[in-house]
Amino acid sequence: MESCNCIEPQWPADELLMKYQYISDFFIALAYFSIPLELIYFVKKSAVFPYRWVLVQFGAFIVLCGATHLINLWTFNMHSRTVAVVMTTAKVLTALVSCVTALMLVHIIPDLLSVKTRELFLKNKAAELDREMGLIRTQEETGRHVRMLTHEIRSTLDRHTILKTTLVELGRTLALEECALWMPTRTGLELQLSYTLRHQNPVGFTVPTQLPVINQVFNTNRAVKISPNSPVARLRPIAAKYMPGEVVAVRVPLLHLSNFQIYDWPELSTKRYALMVLMLPSDSARKWHVHELELVEVVADQVAVALSHAAILEESMRARDLLIEQNVALDLARREAETAVRARNDFLAVMNHEMGTPMHAIIAVSSLLQETELTPEQRLMVETILKSSNLLATLINDVLDLSRLEDGSLQLDIGTFNLHALFKEVLNLIKPIASVKKLLITLSLASDLPEYAVGDEKRLMQTLLNVVGNAVKFSKDGSISLSAFVAKSESLRDPRVPDFFPVPSDNHFYLRVQVKDSGSGINPQDIPKLFTKFAQGQSLATKNSDGSGLGLAICKRFVNLMEGHIWIESEGLGKGSTAIFVVKLGIPERSNELKLSFVPKGPANHGQTNFLGLKVLVMDDNGVSRSVTKGLLVHLGCDVMTVSSGDECLRAITQEHQVVFMDICMPGVDGYEIAVRIHEMFSKRHERPLIVALTGNTDRVTKEHCLRVGMDGVILKPVSVDKMRIVLSELLEHRVLFEA
Amino acid sequence: RHRSRREQAQIMEVGQLQRKFVDYTASLFCEGFLDAQFTQLQQLQDESNPDFVVEVVSLFFEDTEKLLNDLTRALDQQIVDFKKVDAHVHQLKGSSSSIGAQRVRNACIAFRNFCEEQNTDACSKCLQQVKQEYSLAKNKLDTLFRLEQQIAEAGGAVPM
Repeated sequence: MESCNCIEPQWPADELLMKYQYISDFFIALAYFSIPLELIYFVKKSAVFPYRWVLVQFGAFIVLCGATHLINLWTFNMHSRTVAVVMTTAKVLTALVSCVTALMLVHIIPDLLSVKTRELFLKNKAAELDREMGLIRTQEETGRHVRMLTHEIRSTLDRHTILKTTLVELGRTLALEECALWMPTRTGLELQLSYTLRHQNPVGFTVPTQLPVINQVFNTNRAVKISPNSPVARLRPIAAKYMPGEVVAVRVPLLHLSNFQIYDWPELSTKRYALMVLMLPSDSARKWHVHELELVEVVADQVAVALSHAAILEESMRARDLLIEQNVALDLARREAETAVRARNDFLAVMNHEMGTPMHAIIAVSSLLQETELTPEQRLMVETILKSSNLLATLINDVLDLSRLEDGSLQLDIGTFNLHALFKEVLNLIKPIASVKKLLITLSLASDLPEYAVGDEKRLMQTLLNVVGNAVKFSKDGSISLSAFVAKSESLRDPRVPDFFPVPSDNHFYLRVQVKDSGSGINPQDIPKLFTKFAQGQSLATKNSDGSGLGLAICKRFVNLMEGHIWIESEGLGKGSTAIFVVKLGIPERSNELKLSFVPKGPANHGQTNFLGLKVLVMDDNGVSRSVTKGLLVHLGCDVMTVSSGDECLRAITQEHQVVFMDICMPGVDGYEIAVRIHEMFSKRHERPLIVALTGNTDRVTKEHCLRVGMDGVILKPVSVDKMRIVLSELLEHRVLFEA
Repeated sequence: RHRSRREQAQIMEVGQLQRKFVDYTASLFCEGFLDAQFTQLQQLQDESNPDFVVEVVSLFFEDTEKLLNDLTRALDQQIVDFKKVDAHVHQLKGSSSSIGAQRVRNACIAFRNFCEEQNTDACSKCLQQVKQEYSLAKNKLDTLFRLEQQIAEAGGAVPM
């Protein structure tokens, strides 16, 4: 046989089988070509797929397989050698690629598998996060609810509103069926149903506090699930078909004000709790979630705080009301006291006046009686009457003074007075008594002590008399020394009185008076009592000395009014004592103007003997006036010469005349000129008679004129007996006259 | 001791006179004829000077009459010397003040004002006024002194 290049099939072609194979190969080839196309398409589409070249390999593998199968189509029949070659190439390539691919897969599959695992892991994680997100959201909602609830609860300070709001809001937030609050009764042995959500006014349910379920709730600050059948949860009749919802109870501490400590929540000390019971709706299969329980606990705490705030507010309102009441009562009491004081003062003033008027009448008439002719016994009797009535008058005044001193309404009568004369007078008043007791009294006035001072003369004298009088009273023998000087600032400060700060100034000075006696002394322990009224011990405060009144208590008050201080030093019984006081006095203006403007003060001499033989010259051109003035002076015991003209006056006047009264209103006679001439005549002051002008008007101009020409005084006509008496004594004592 | 009837009658009379005196004096004060200065004068009267008041008052009468005559003459002049008139009135004022003849003194004060104004007619009128007051005062005081004398004669003491 000749070898032909065509390959003949070994067996005879079964047409049907061949056809099926042919078709299958065709479709396989088709599929093998379309799959890579699809793969390429999808690879192109998906950017993230990491194994691109693996896909390419697969594609090649599949393409080649497809090619192989395709070429197979031609080999069914006679085919040429080229086809066989192509077929072989294709098969070889296919074999190559598939082997490489197989090898590759060994490496790739684990990776692919792990991708799957990671995917699963991530899915789990996502699920977990979802869960947690859910939780957080729930918590946030809970927080919001709590804040809202708290806000509602705390927006009011009214206890009832707080509690009602709590229940309402809780009911709303948690969608409760029922919410109830049980408050402890006053005894604390029972809990009473006070508020519920559904019923407006719950009546009369009480349960004893010592139930086990209640104790269980009270012993923890957590919300506790309790049985729906417990007495506190049984708020409505339970019908059999109800499947009651879960019930939770929580304690609400009722805090007292005293229980608050700053950083400690008082767990142990509060004994009183209220019980809050919350019930989920029945038949709802809802359960209490943890976050809901937490919400309930937080709310319970907030309620406790809100309640305590409300309690504090109530307390403070009550306290404020009490204070207002007290204020009103105090005000009333004060007004009553003021009324009483005023009434007392009025009474005292009236009494003073009523008692004073007849008193003054007695004194006046007795004085007049003294002036008339009396037998010695009668004179003695009249003097006694006068002395007693003067004393009584002083007492009456002192009572008024003391009452005014007590309520601070006493004011000092300030005036200018002669300080030296005051001391001398006190001495004169005390001397008789002292000499009876054979006590030696000495007075020493400092050289720099001003002669005149501004202050309350009468009360200063009272004080001085009292102090000196006490010294005399309590000394049986020995001596009493009275000294007065101007206090310098160092000596003013008494270490026992640290709040006494005397400040001397230009027109004030501090007078310091010391009365030292060698008498019975005082126990140092008794010294503080001396200045209190009616103190026991020494009876200093109860006895009277000459016109001094009610004693050291008054003295102390006077001294205080004069911005000073008084104290007594003593080394003990039998060692004598020293009374010291310091008072503030003013310094009078150094001008003659002032001298002429105040009324003469001085003891009114009731005796006429002072002026006996006083040589006086009267110059007046009016006969009647002259006679009257002469009569006046003669009545007072003077030796009077009268002249009716200036020349006569100058001719008649001698050194022996002590006073010249001249009328300066005489027409044609210049009285002032005469005065000047008299001055010229007598160069030495003590030789010259005192010149007093008599005039019908004492205006400023006249007075100044009189001053200028050197007159010693001015009197307003007509002159009364008393006035003349005063004038003369003033003149003779001071050699100068002060006339109002 | 036993008083005789005549003594008793005398005492009663004295008493009456004294009451009359007191009443009269009081009326003089009330009506303003006399003021406190007169009381002063009365006070100056004592044993050493028993007629002081009468003496002074008599002096007053003398003085005043002289003054009034001078005043009348002065105002009758053609040209009135008011300075002189004033001087006289001043004197009269002083005297009347000294014995407490209040109304006379007040009249003098008014008189002096018109003198300052140099009003002749008014001054004449015032002079009349003063004269009138003076004679009234004189009468009253004379009556008073007579009463005093009567009391003294009846043996009583003049109440002061």
